[in-house]
This record gives sequence, structure tokens and C-alpha cells, in this order.
Amino acid sequence: MRPMAQIAMVMNLDKCIGCHTCSVTCKQAWTNRDGMEYVWFNNVETRPGQGYPRRYEDQDKWRGGWELNKRGALKLKGGGRFRKLAGIFSNPRLPEIKDYYEPWTYDYKNLTDAPLGDDFPVARPVSQLTGKPMKIEWSSNWDDSLAGAPEHGDQDPMVQRVRRQAAEKVKFAFEQTFMFYLPRICEHCLNPSCVASCPSGAMYKRAEDGIVLVDQDRCRGWRMCVTGCPYKKVYFNHRTGKAEKCTFCYPRVEVGLPTVCSETCVGRLRYLGVILYDADKVTAAASTPSEQDLYEAQLGIFLDPEDPVVQRAAEEAGIPYDWMEAARRSPVHALVGKYRVALPLHPEYRTMPMVWYIPPLSPVVDALTETGHDGEDLDNLFGAIDTLRIPLEYLAEIFTAGDVGPVRASLGRLAAMRSHMRAINLGEPPDTSIASSVGMESAEIEEMYRLLAIAKYEDRYVIPTAAVGDARRLEESALPDGCSLDYDGGPGMGGDGPFGQDSGRKQLPLVSVESFHALRKRQTADREDT
Amino acid sequence: MTTFLWGALPYIAFALLIAGLVWRHRYDKFGWTTRSSQVYESKLLNIASPAFHYGILFVLVGHLIGLFVPESWTESLGIRERTYHLFSLYGGTAAGALTVLGILLLIYRRRTNSPVFRATTVNDKLMYVVLLGAIVLGMIAKLTHASGDGYNYRQTIAPWARSLFTLRPRTELMQGVPVLYQVHAVIGMALIALVPYTRLVHMFSAPVQYLFRPYVVYRSRDPRQLGPRPARPGWEKTDA
Ligand code: SF4
Ligand code: SF4
Repeated sequence: MRPMAQIAMVMNLDKCIGCHTCSVTCKQAWTNRDGMEYVWFNNVETRPGQGYPRRYEDQDKWRGGWELNKRGALKLKGGGRFRKLAGIFSNPRLPEIKDYYEPWTYDYKNLTDAPLGDDFPVARPVSQLTGKPMKIEWSSNWDDSLAGAPEHGDQDPMVQRVRRQAAEKVKFAFEQTFMFYLPRICEHCLNPSCVASCPSGAMYKRAEDGIVLVDQDRCRGWRMCVTGCPYKKVYFNHRTGKAEKCTFCYPRVEVGLPTVCSETCVGRLRYLGVILYDADKVTAAASTPSEQDLYEAQLGIFLDPEDPVVQRAAEEAGIPYDWMEAARRSPVHALVGKYRVALPLHPEYRTMPMVWYIPPLSPVVDALTETGHDGEDLDNLFGAIDTLRIPLEYLAEIFTAGDVGPVRASLGRLAAMRSHMRAINLGEPPDTSIASSVGMESAEIEEMYRLLAIAKYEDRYVIPTAAVGDARRLEESALPDGCSLDYDGGPGMGGDGPFGQDSGRKQLPLVSVESFHALRKRQTADREDT
Repeated sequence: MTTFLWGALPYIAFALLIAGLVWRHRYDKFGWTTRSSQVYESKLLNIASPAFHYGILFVLVGHLIGLFVPESWTESLGIRERTYHLFSLYGGTAAGALTVLGILLLIYRRRTNSPVFRATTVNDKLMYVVLLGAIVLGMIAKLTHASGDGYNYRQTIAPWARSLFTLRPRTELMQGVPVLYQVHAVIGMALIALVPYTRLVHMFSAPVQYLFRPYVVYRSRDPRQLGPRPARPGWEKTDA
């Protein structure tokens, strides 16, 4: 056993209102730069829908992720090492910017500078690639809330898969349709195919917290990672010529803060926590022959932090004590392993993704209430989950490689939670058979309710800091190394490097971690003097 | 002049190459990239880029053989000058043609595709002029001296090139060399000097280590980076 810790995320899709706050705050934090105009580390797509970039799930075309070769061993779908090097001079499977969308801005100046005339001046859209006026025809979110679904909906690769299997059709007629929002970030996979595709070895998974990053100094712009990632969550910065990706806001996570997307989520639907896993078993689990068994296989490599054997092994592996504590209290561990309501996104890509989703019950509830039934009655709900086959099968294509079993089980638990809690709210004694019908205890259901519905900040985010052990050292190194007058324009200004402004090494100012925590304590304390 | 061109210039070019690489490695690892424009346009690039790159790799191998394998070696293998000449003529021309075709397509693409053209810096343009110059002049030199036994550079240019390594350049050998070859050689040296200062530097990061490393790379946080870290290029400057 080789235990490793991973900071993982769970999103409760029932609560997502599709407001895109997460995308916007993420963009403001990370990708509001030249060359990244078209990039959304966090994007929220409406399903059914084509997603961003368009039809990224069509791996016959984009060749992302892993597949099994004839001997049953894992190999990159985009081709092995020799193929990669021989084809390094161009990458035929690389999405063009237009597969995402052509970024644009508006000619705002015209609004103030236009000469006096009879017509109102307008700000015309201008392409940020060519600098010329352009027609806006697609964006990262063009089919938001099923916009244009009767026309484009059929192009969702998952809709096409469901159709191939079920004779019935996914309907886009207004009364029969269903939809939900799917916020996506990088999955920070346990078996990342982006890392495996990088010829320069610039991409890596951090040993401490499992965050997958691109070393900007080592990236040489070969673009293989973009193809390698089946979720298309590595992006090519077309100005700097380097790959960039979601960083899981590691500078925030390291000091115990949630990621920007989590912190700002209006629906408060994101959970962050530690998951322990056995690194020795990853490859074997990812090579599970049947795609539908991959979900169970991935559950199989997670370790239980309560298990003394695991605790001992973790200690030997150098996982700090506060990380073990965090793993024990981890909401992610609870939702994924204990209650089993969260499911991975596209396990069939065999990358062992680590951002999991609680499938939405709301399409079912909505359909029930619209037909005049009680959407919180357990029998009604159970019946509806089964009769609404299409949403179920569609969800299964997304979360469990088409196996409806786990999706039904997860929705069943959510439905049971609804009925159970309604009884409590109405002051009735809850029916214990409800809990046992989904294999849970009443107490467990109530715990799950606290986590999912009350969802307190401290319960949603249990993030151990990166370097409590190093706190002292950190604190010391936070003191400026150089002259304190070396600030810009200051009397002791360090000046430029030997080859002009951008050369040489410069130190960024650093906020002391200690004072940051003190600040937070002060901000959230009841009394002033703490 | 002879001394400068054939005695000093090669060393200057070489020094600029090494100094440039060291500088890049120390101060501009971030700028060390292919700066691919494939995300703007893919179709043409998928044909042109492999054509050019494979072509120029063959051309490179040809140059290495021609310049650094002495005539006496091939002769002792029983390869006569005429055979060698024909081999180098056809092989070289084929590789050269592939390269020229590739680079012309690439330049056409760069000029006509407006996002690609907008992403072209002055540095790139200079690089393209020198690169195209070196390739085209090399082809011309080779083809104008192709008739009969051709020009046997292996008795003049090659020994001169090898003499550079002994630090006693035999500049007199270059005097009788046809002008076209001389021009090609000078531009070639300019190109070598330019490599580290342009995007051509990516040739030095051919990722052969990919064949040998494990697929998934793990790295620990650098303990030296727990404190203040150097400013990252690529982030636009703010006043904060
Ligand atoms: S989701 Fe993230 S970690 Fe997984 S393959 Fe894509 S970029 Fe890599
Ligand atoms: S901020 Fe939250 S609720 Fe809004 S779109 Fe993002 S995930 Fe959904």
C-alpha cells in the first residue's frame, strides 16, 4: 500500500442554477490575460448540449484519455510514445480556437468618438484574433439553458449514444425535455492522460495534494496535452505558446482557502476535501476491462482514513497528521465513499477523475410536480426515477459509462432524503423503512442532509494547509530577503536585470501566512480582541 | 576579408549560439517554446509543418555527412566520388525540395491567415528571411553546380569546416570556392548565430527523454519556493 492524499471536489448538481458566477470569478482570477481570451478553466455547460469546446466528448474524433490495447494494458488513445514523437511537428487532433469559439471584444470607442449623425453609434464586435469586425456565431456557452436545442441538441455526443441504445428518443420538444447544468473544471485525475502525453515532462501531479500543474518554464508548446486530456481542460495560450490549465487555485488551497469557484459559488454546491488513495493500485484500477466497472474500481482504490492499517501506512508515507484529520472529516470522502451519492464524470476515459458529481434529482421532481403528483412522496419519486428512463440513461452516459445502476442508487438516496426530512419537517415520525430501503440508517440520512442541505461553510470545505509543519520556516521566509527599500520606485530600487526589465529574477511581495490566518480569525471572531 | 569570413565569423557565430543558449536557459526559459500557431489554423499546418521539419532534418543529416565525414573515409568504403555526388545530388535535392515546399507553404499560410500573421513578430520575420535565404541559396548552389561530376566541396569546404575544430582554420581553402557556395555558407553561419535568439531555439528541446520516463510524473512542492518566489513572466504587470 502506498497511500497518497488528494484534494478533491464534489459538486451537487441539484443546486446549480447556471449563474456562471464560478466561471466569471475564475476567469477574473486566472485567465483574463492576452492569449487566454477563449479559455475558461471553469465552464458551466447545459446538458443536453454540446459542451465546451464543442463536442469534446466525441473521443473518436479528439482521441483523449486512455484505452486498453489488445493485451489489456493501458495506452494513450492519441497514440503511444513513438507515435507522439514522430508526429510532433503537427498535431492533427488539436482543437482549433474556433472549436472553442472565436474571442471578441467590442469597438467601444465608437460610442464616444463617432461623429454627430442621424444614427446612434454602435459598438461593433471585433475579433480578438484578427482585429477585424466579426459576426458572433458561437461562444463558450451558446446553447445555455437549451438555447437552440431543437437545432443543436442532437449534436450532443451523449444524446447520440443514448439514442443508439434506446429506441426512444431524447426529446427536445418544450414540454418533454429536461436539462441540468454541469460546471466543469480540470478533474485533477489520478491517472492523468495530459501528464502522460507531455513529451517535455513539463506537466506533473503534485505528490502532496494531487493537483495537476504545468511547469511554465519546461513547457515547450508541443500541444500534446491538449489532445491527451479527454475533458479538454488543458488550453494553449496562443500568445505565450505554452499550455495552461486549472490550478485548483493552489495558492489558496495551500493556505486553507477554498478555490475561487467554490468560494464564490452562489448555489454553495461545491465541496472540497481530502481523499486518501492507494497509488499502487491506480494503474490496475484504470485498466479494468469493462468500462462500466470503472466506477467501482475507482471506489476500490480509495482508502478509509478510519482504518488503523491505513493510518499507519499514511504516517509512514509522510502524510501529516492534520491531513489525516482532514481526511477523516472530509465531505468529499463522505459523499463519495460513505453515502455513495457522488459519481465520477466519464469514468470510461480511464483517467480516474477526482471531481465528482451528485446527479440532479430535479428533472425527476420537476416532471412529477408538473404532472400534478407529490414530488416528495417516496413511492412517486421511485416510480418516476424508473419511468423517466431517458434522463436516467442520459445521466448514466455521463457519470457511469452507461450503467444506470449507480445513478439510480444515488438518486434513490436523494429521494429518500427528501421524504425522510419532509416527515421530520412536518413533525411526523420519519418512516425508518425509507432509510433502509436505500441501505442507509436514519441518522446517516440526517447527517447527509446536514451536509447537502444545510451545507455550512466549515462542512463544505475541509482543507488542511500545505505547510503547517513548515509554518515556522514559512513565517521566516516571508520576511523579505532583500532590502526593504527595494520596492518599485523606492530609494533602494533593485533595478532591472542584466538584459532589461524582464530579465533576471525578481521577488514578489509575499503576505505572511501567519498573519493571514490571524486576519481570518479576527474577521470571523465574535469578540474584537481575539 | 577572407580571414574574417572564414577565420573569425564561424567562431563568432558559434560563440553567439552558445552564449544565446546559456542566456535563454538562465533568463528566458519561459520564452523557450515553439510558439505554435496551430490553434489558429490547422489544415495547412498539418501538411506543411511535417514536410518542412522532416525535410530539414534530412538536410541537416546531409550537411553533417558532407562536411564532417572525410572523403578518404567514404573512399575506403569503396564509394567513388561520382557515386557519392549522385547520391548527394538526388538525396539532397529531394530533401531540399521537401523543405522548400514546406517552408513556402508555411510562409504562404503565415501571410494569408490573418490571426497567424498578427501573431508574427519582427523577430519571426527576420528569422524567416535568413532561414529561407539559407535554404534557397543552398539549393541554387547545389543545382547550378550539378552538371557532370558537380562541384566537389569535399575537397575545399569540408576540410575547412573540420579545420575549425582544431582552432587552426585553413581559410585559404575557401578562396577558390564558387561564390554561391560562399554566400550560402555565410548565411548559414548567420542562421546558426540567430537560433537561440529566435523561436528556432525549440530545436534544442527535442523531447527524446519522453521515450524513457514513466507516463505519470509526480513532483513535490519545491521547499525553496515556500517563501517569496520570483515574478512569473507571462503575467501582465499590474501596479499592485
Ligand atoms: S482533467 Fe485535468 S488532470 Fe485529467 S487529463 Fe484533463 S487536464 Fe489532465
Ligand atoms: S456559481 Fe455555483 S450555482 Fe452558479 S453556475 Fe457556478 S456552480 Fe452553478
